[in-house]
Amino acid sequence: MTKAAPEALTSRKLSVRIAGLTLHAPTMLAAGVVGITTHLLHRALDSGAGAVVTKSIGLQPRESYRNPTVVGVECGYLNAIGLGNPGVEAFSEQLKKLDRGLPIIMSLFGSGPDDFSRMIPILKNTPVKGFELNLSCPHVKGVGVEVGQDPEMVSKVVSLVKRGVKKPVFVKVSPNVDSVVEIAKAAESAGADGITAINTLRAMTIDIETKRPVLSNKFGGLSGSAIRPVAVRCVYEISTSVRIPVIGCGGVSKWSDAVEMLLAGASAVQVGTGLATQGYSVFSGINEGILRYLDEHGFESVEQIVGLSHSF
Amino acid sequence: MSGYPTHSDRPRIVKVEESRIETETARTIFFRDEASLKAKPGQFVMVWAMGADEMPMSLAAMNDKGRSAVTVKPWGPGSNLLCSLKSGDVIGVRGPYGNSFTPKKGSVLLVGGGSGVAPLIPLSQTLQEIGAKVTFVLAGKTSGDLMLLGEAKKIISKPPHNLIIVTDDGSAGVKGLAPDAVRSLLGKEVVDQIYSCGPEKMMRMVFDLAEEKRIPVEASLERPMECAIGLCGICAVGKYLLCRDGPILDSQQLKAVSKEFGSNRLDRAGRVVPV
Repeated sequence: MTKAAPEALTSRKLSVRIAGLTLHAPTMLAAGVVGITTHLLHRALDSGAGAVVTKSIGLQPRESYRNPTVVGVECGYLNAIGLGNPGVEAFSEQLKKLDRGLPIIMSLFGSGPDDFSRMIPILKNTPVKGFELNLSCPHVKGVGVEVGQDPEMVSKVVSLVKRGVKKPVFVKVSPNVDSVVEIAKAAESAGADGITAINTLRAMTIDIETKRPVLSNKFGGLSGSAIRPVAVRCVYEISTSVRIPVIGCGGVSKWSDAVEMLLAGASAVQVGTGLATQGYSVFSGINEGILRYLDEHGFESVEQIVGLSHSF
Repeated sequence: MSGYPTHSDRPRIVKVEESRIETETARTIFFRDEASLKAKPGQFVMVWAMGADEMPMSLAAMNDKGRSAVTVKPWGPGSNLLCSLKSGDVIGVRGPYGNSFTPKKGSVLLVGGGSGVAPLIPLSQTLQEIGAKVTFVLAGKTSGDLMLLGEAKKIISKPPHNLIIVTDDGSAGVKGLAPDAVRSLLGKEVVDQIYSCGPEKMMRMVFDLAEEKRIPVEASLERPMECAIGLCGICAVGKYLLCRDGPILDSQQLKAVSKEFGSNRLDRAGRVVPV
């Protein structure tokens, strides 16, 4: 798969097992970021990602919102891209052109059980290693967190998808709910194989010169280092409350961020905004840094440091 | 925090200082923006036409007496609005983003079509400053569609530099398409480097001609963009993100994306559509 093989890419110390999947490194590409073509997914894998999550895919093709859809703030980005995607059928066809066996996880969104059940026949033949349910997007009406804030609905959707596909199913949760732990528990009880925490935080920014909200959708999701402490807290709370693995996501752009997530209880981390600030080398940079940390602190594997902060 | 310059990815509100009539419908919009002054030929900015759209646009001027400029042709809500703006109206600008042309000495050929002429104007200036011999093929459908002709004439004013105007209908300059002019030039002159910007099918033809003669090409491509910072993926050309790896691709990269270049792109739903 990869041409060069720097130590960090091949070290067995970095390898993790999550929900039956073996990843050569605990650093993944987060959903919603560049994963809209097979070339870009492949490039992330070639750059050291242990697995990649696609953009969120829905039942029908859907255009993104009118620009501006992304805007920088002091310590992160706001985005309301609006779940633009070519639809499950077209996207599955694209994925079929890739080598089988690549660690690709397909992110899915829907407005409720109906949408998901209509996608299942197509998903059965989609060559991916697992699915991540986006029950947490904060900026599209009727989907994402509007589905994912209700534990009963989460339970319905998860059990339906689990029955339909014979692959690991992760649930990506939002911090914009009463209790993220309750949502994670509902997902676990319904058969989810893992939790990805967290999605972006619902947010807004206004241009003071023109008095206008910058995003065309007015509201968007805040990502980047601003939300990392929130993500670390959620990972900690969830991982101490459920038995299934947790994947940490939110503001991870360097190795120390990743180590913090692992110590909080994440079995792997996802990188989104870090790709904008660091480019594709973000993956190898994090992997190499984790490896150095393991060596300096006398650990044999990533798995040994997962959740170490829980003992205090 | 250092190394995390996300705040610069926020539109800066600037006044339109001048909206110059380029063609019947196209305009060149001048504005003052500190960051754009530092751009290099070929870089682009995201221009926010408030209430309509935010679009990637190559800078047609970085520092024209302290002003920067973009040249815009109306084709959708955002560009329509930009073309209707008057002096004193405001736009948002973020960037500059992307890579820039690599100026080379020797005998160089610039091929620009439509509003694709824009980034080649500051480039031709830089090329002359470093001592290159510049031939500029400036193409449009009709005499009325030629963009930035005044600027080009000012810069390419005397030999050894050469401005060749090409129109589809022969209403100005040579009748034909830009690649025809390039073919005939390459038949009689030694060219060390080609720079191109314009309709992608035109650039593809120019690239194929250059490949026959093994002349290196730098082509500035255009794609819809949402973020311009390497996140949305909509500007993908093969494995390249045009906002970060481009907008200028060199011959080697163009060969690597041979299937896409001049053929297809992603739309705002991530569907593959013809360019």
